[in-house]
Amino acid sequence: MAATETMTLNMGPQHPSTHGVLRLVLELDGEVIVKVTPHIGFLHRGVEKLSEHRTYHQILPLTDRLDYLAPMSNNLGYILAVEKLMAVEVPDRAETIRIIMAELTRLESHLVWIACHALDIGAMTVFIYAFRERETVMEIYELISGARMTSNFFRVGGLSQDVPDEFVKKVSDFIDVMPGYLDQYEGLLTTNPIWLKRTVGNGVISAEDAIDIGLTGPALRGSGVDWDLRRDNPYSGYEKYQFKVPTGENCDTFDRYKVRLIEMREACKIVRQALDRLTPGPVLADCPQVCYPPKENVYNSIEGLIHHFKIASEGFVAPEGEVYQGVEAPKGELGFYIVSDGGNMPERLRIRPPSFVNLQAIEQMSVGSMIADLVAVIGTLDIVLGEIDR
Amino acid sequence: MAENNRAVVKLKETFAASIIDVVEFRGEVTVTVAKNAIIEILSFLKQSLQYNLLTDLTAVDYLGKKEERFMMVYLLYSIPNKDRLRIKTPVTEADCTIPTAIPVWKTANWLEREVFDLFGITFSGHPDLRRILMTDDWVGHPLRKDYPLQGPDREPYKGRLS
Repeated sequence: MAATETMTLNMGPQHPSTHGVLRLVLELDGEVIVKVTPHIGFLHRGVEKLSEHRTYHQILPLTDRLDYLAPMSNNLGYILAVEKLMAVEVPDRAETIRIIMAELTRLESHLVWIACHALDIGAMTVFIYAFRERETVMEIYELISGARMTSNFFRVGGLSQDVPDEFVKKVSDFIDVMPGYLDQYEGLLTTNPIWLKRTVGNGVISAEDAIDIGLTGPALRGSGVDWDLRRDNPYSGYEKYQFKVPTGENCDTFDRYKVRLIEMREACKIVRQALDRLTPGPVLADCPQVCYPPKENVYNSIEGLIHHFKIASEGFVAPEGEVYQGVEAPKGELGFYIVSDGGNMPERLRIRPPSFVNLQAIEQMSVGSMIADLVAVIGTLDIVLGEIDR
Repeated sequence: MAENNRAVVKLKETFAASIIDVVEFRGEVTVTVAKNAIIEILSFLKQSLQYNLLTDLTAVDYLGKKEERFMMVYLLYSIPNKDRLRIKTPVTEADCTIPTAIPVWKTANWLEREVFDLFGITFSGHPDLRRILMTDDWVGHPLRKDYPLQGPDREPYKGRLS
């Protein structure tokens, strides 16, 4: 038999199916992948270094720009870590609105995932539909924060402001229609023979391997590990909500697809429960050492103005110690580890990005398959380079 | 409180000589151990106490604040028991190397590359210790405290940073 030579192929960083600036160097035997070497860091902005030179409030806008498809989840993880460090109690209304927004963010992130994943595999219609629904979530973002993506809406101790009156109706209308749209996507994909051929048996990773390589979130649950931080280590009041944690059986791309779709349906249910719990009340903790004053005080009293100036310019002093807060972001466990030396800026802020760790599994999940299957693996891992490179 | 933690009890039984410090803050337990026993302790925690997920691995630079400049931090999670444990170990600047944790968890591969890239701590036994976020020809380790925020060969930023 004649000897075969492997070929090296460069994929990315400008490649439509690498979801940003991911560069993969592939070693190929014909069309079969022998080795995958990811190269990352093209979007590195030094967020962790910058954070060491900013006060705790000033770091918040940087966190929007990590996973830019799920900004509120990043904000939530960060403020929860700071609140843990400062031992701040958050009012009930603020917690409930945070949960509504966190779950809408999950929907939004998963909508982009299903859109791009399906587009990569060749189903274009789903892309158009899912972006239509995402637009509604963007409108809700804009309604409450004024921005479509870099929301920066949460604050340490609560929210930057209360939500407008239209908010409840808008969210309620959206989650009423969303399950129907999910049926529509499922109608296009779940029994579609091309979709099945491309996803069933693709990117298989056993539960044991998945834990060993550190997969979290839907990627881990697709391998049958029944673990969700929202249920198992509840934060921000998630213990008050009923929801199912879906798991897969066959550890393949199709199971991860099903897991994410069920997660979207569950997210709608959590939002509905949260809307039912929503009662009027304050949205910011009564903790002047840490929180900004309400805006009407800033504009109408000298004390309020001084207070705002103090918090904006000096921030607040955190006790010496270290905390870690992990949240179930749409892509997996997003963690913030803060080391405080007793100053008004962190000594070290470490961001544990789910996509970074999940991307490590790409080689294990794609070696031995075709290049086209690698595209499906990138889609099913649901990575965002803003978060990987930080 | 920290004394009753299931991991702390077992670690004190088995590795009494290697434990430097046990701290509890905001309900989180941190155990500082000696560097020479780190891999032994991590594998013990994984095998015997079901800390099967390495959530995170990172480092902290305490330049001028502590005798040992760097602190390696391992954040463990047990999926069966749903609890966390933080293991730390000091690394000196003179001997800026530590054994790799890849034999215990494969997750450590990229996380250690990142620490190598940004802090300049080397991991003995690591199969692929290359820079990961910075380019291959980059000089210096950006997350070290003596690395300038504005980057090398640039005037320091004159405005306010905070």
